[in-house]
Parts: sequence; C-alpha cells; structure tokens
Amino acid sequence: MQFQFDSLMDFWLMDGHGPYVWSAYAITFVVLGVLVIGARMQRRLFLQRQRKALRLAEQQLKQNR
Amino acid sequence: MSWQWFHRLGSPRWFYEKTSVWLPWLTLVAGLLVLVGLVWGLGFAPIEHKQGNSYRIIYIHVPVAFMAQAGYIIMAICGAIGLIWKMKLSFMVMKSAAPIGAAMTFIALITGYIWGVPTWGDWRILDARIVFMMILLFLYFGIIVLQAAFVNRDSADKACAVLALAGSVNIPIIQKSVDWWYSLHQPASIKFSGKSAIDPSMLYPLLISVIGFYCLYLVMLLIYTRIEILRREQRTQWVKDLVAQHYHK
Repeated sequence: MQFQFDSLMDFWLMDGHGPYVWSAYAITFVVLGVLVIGARMQRRLFLQRQRKALRLAEQQLKQNR
Repeated sequence: MSWQWFHRLGSPRWFYEKTSVWLPWLTLVAGLLVLVGLVWGLGFAPIEHKQGNSYRIIYIHVPVAFMAQAGYIIMAICGAIGLIWKMKLSFMVMKSAAPIGAAMTFIALITGYIWGVPTWGDWRILDARIVFMMILLFLYFGIIVLQAAFVNRDSADKACAVLALAGSVNIPIIQKSVDWWYSLHQPASIKFSGKSAIDPSMLYPLLISVIGFYCLYLVMLLIYTRIEILRREQRTQWVKDLVAQHYHK
C-alpha cells in the first residue's frame, strides 16, 4: 500500500478533480460540524434556562416564608 | 424470562447515566475509524481508471447514504416501539434521529451531485434513486416539522411515529430502484454473499469508513437523545441535581 500521489500538490490537485473531491469533503464536515455545534448550543441553552428557573423557584420559596 | 432489562432500558435516567460512561469512548472510536477510512481512501487507495480521482468521493457518499437509510429505519422502529410499548424513551430517540438522518441524506445528495458533475458532465441529472432519496429528505423534514407543530407532546410523538412508519416503504424502494428502473447508479457492488464486485484495495477503506460513520451516527444519536431526556425529565430530581451540579463545580 503506498501513497498514490507524487507530491502533496498532486494530492491537492487530484489530477484536475481537486475542486470536486475537496468541496464534497468540506461540505460534509461543515454539515457534521453544524450538527455537533447545534447539539452543544441546545444543551447549553437548556442548562442556562433551567438554572434561571431553579433560582427563581428558590427565591419564590424564600419570599413565601 | 425476566423482561427487567427491557423495562430498565426504557428508563431515561438509566440511559443517560450509562451513556455518560460510554460516549467519550464511542466518540474516540468513531473519530479514529472515520479518519483512517477517509485518509486511506483519499491518499492510498488506487486511482479508478474510468473516473479518475473524483471517485474518492465514494468514501463519504456511500457511508452517508447507508446512514440516511439505516437512520430512517432506526427512527421508524423507535416509533413502533413507542406506539406498542408506550416507552417514552423510544420516542425521544425517534425525535433525535430525525435531524441527524436529514443531515446524512443531505450530505449524500450533495456529494452525489458533486461526484456526478465530472462523471456525467451534467448537474441536471435525476435518476430513480436520487428522486427517492430526495423524498427521504422531505420525509425527515416532515417529521421534524410535525414534532414542532403539536402543543401536546404525546400527540406529536404519535403523529411522527405514524409518519415515520408510513414512510418506511421508501427504504426498500431506494434499495431496489437500481434494479427496477434504468439508473445512473450501478447495482449493488457490495454483497454479503459471494464475491463483491469492488476491488479489495478500494473495498477495505470503504468498509472502515462505513463502520466509522455508523459509529459517528450512533454518537450523534446519543448526544441528541441525552439532550431530549434532560428536556423531558426536567421536573425530576435527578435532572435538577444535574443542573445544580453543572453550575456549582
């Protein structure tokens, strides 16, 4: 098994097919990245909102005493 | 025979705590497999003499297309389990599977289209499989939108489960489309019985990539399901403790 290209430049150019191959791979990783970041943001937003709600609930309890 | 394990499996809290342990490892395995598969496919697999280097898109296109379809089946099965056994965790997984499956379908369509340009010289081509994959994408969108359309969560779950199950006829159609209609796509090269039509030097990185993307899908599914669990179980003490813990580290 050997590296199929003569140089890194050839690897980048892919014999003229560079734009197709690399744009396909790039779009893939962008979309996957969106999925991951989307999940992170959802989790963070949830935790923030819950924390606020819990704090409010605690304050309510203290006031009602 | 004890059905305890089945019912324990239905406990969102148990699921959350178990996956907390396994998720980092699964993510590592998935990342490694995808990296190895893609690097191998990009740099070390031999060039295809008819198509040239553009065929290397296959190392993304095929795994992702598999995941788009397998992901739909997973979503439909979770819908069925939720309907039959009223297991709310199953519905949570079903809901989480939708955006991930949609992303996979989208990537499959885009990479396929990009690959088609140098191969067939034209971007305006549709064949049976492409059309049914587009239908799959619309099904996924339909389920995502339907979830949001109901005020009552139970109704949302049930409606989405029904839609998921109704749409699952699309999967065998996608599979068989290359046999039933004249297609641009070639018939299945990877066979489970007999010899595959694809050369081992190209097959091995492809298989590694497929397994890697399966693991990646699973990781994403677990991540999204865990968030859904937190959302739906927010009134329970264990989630409240978790939230508190998160801020008082």
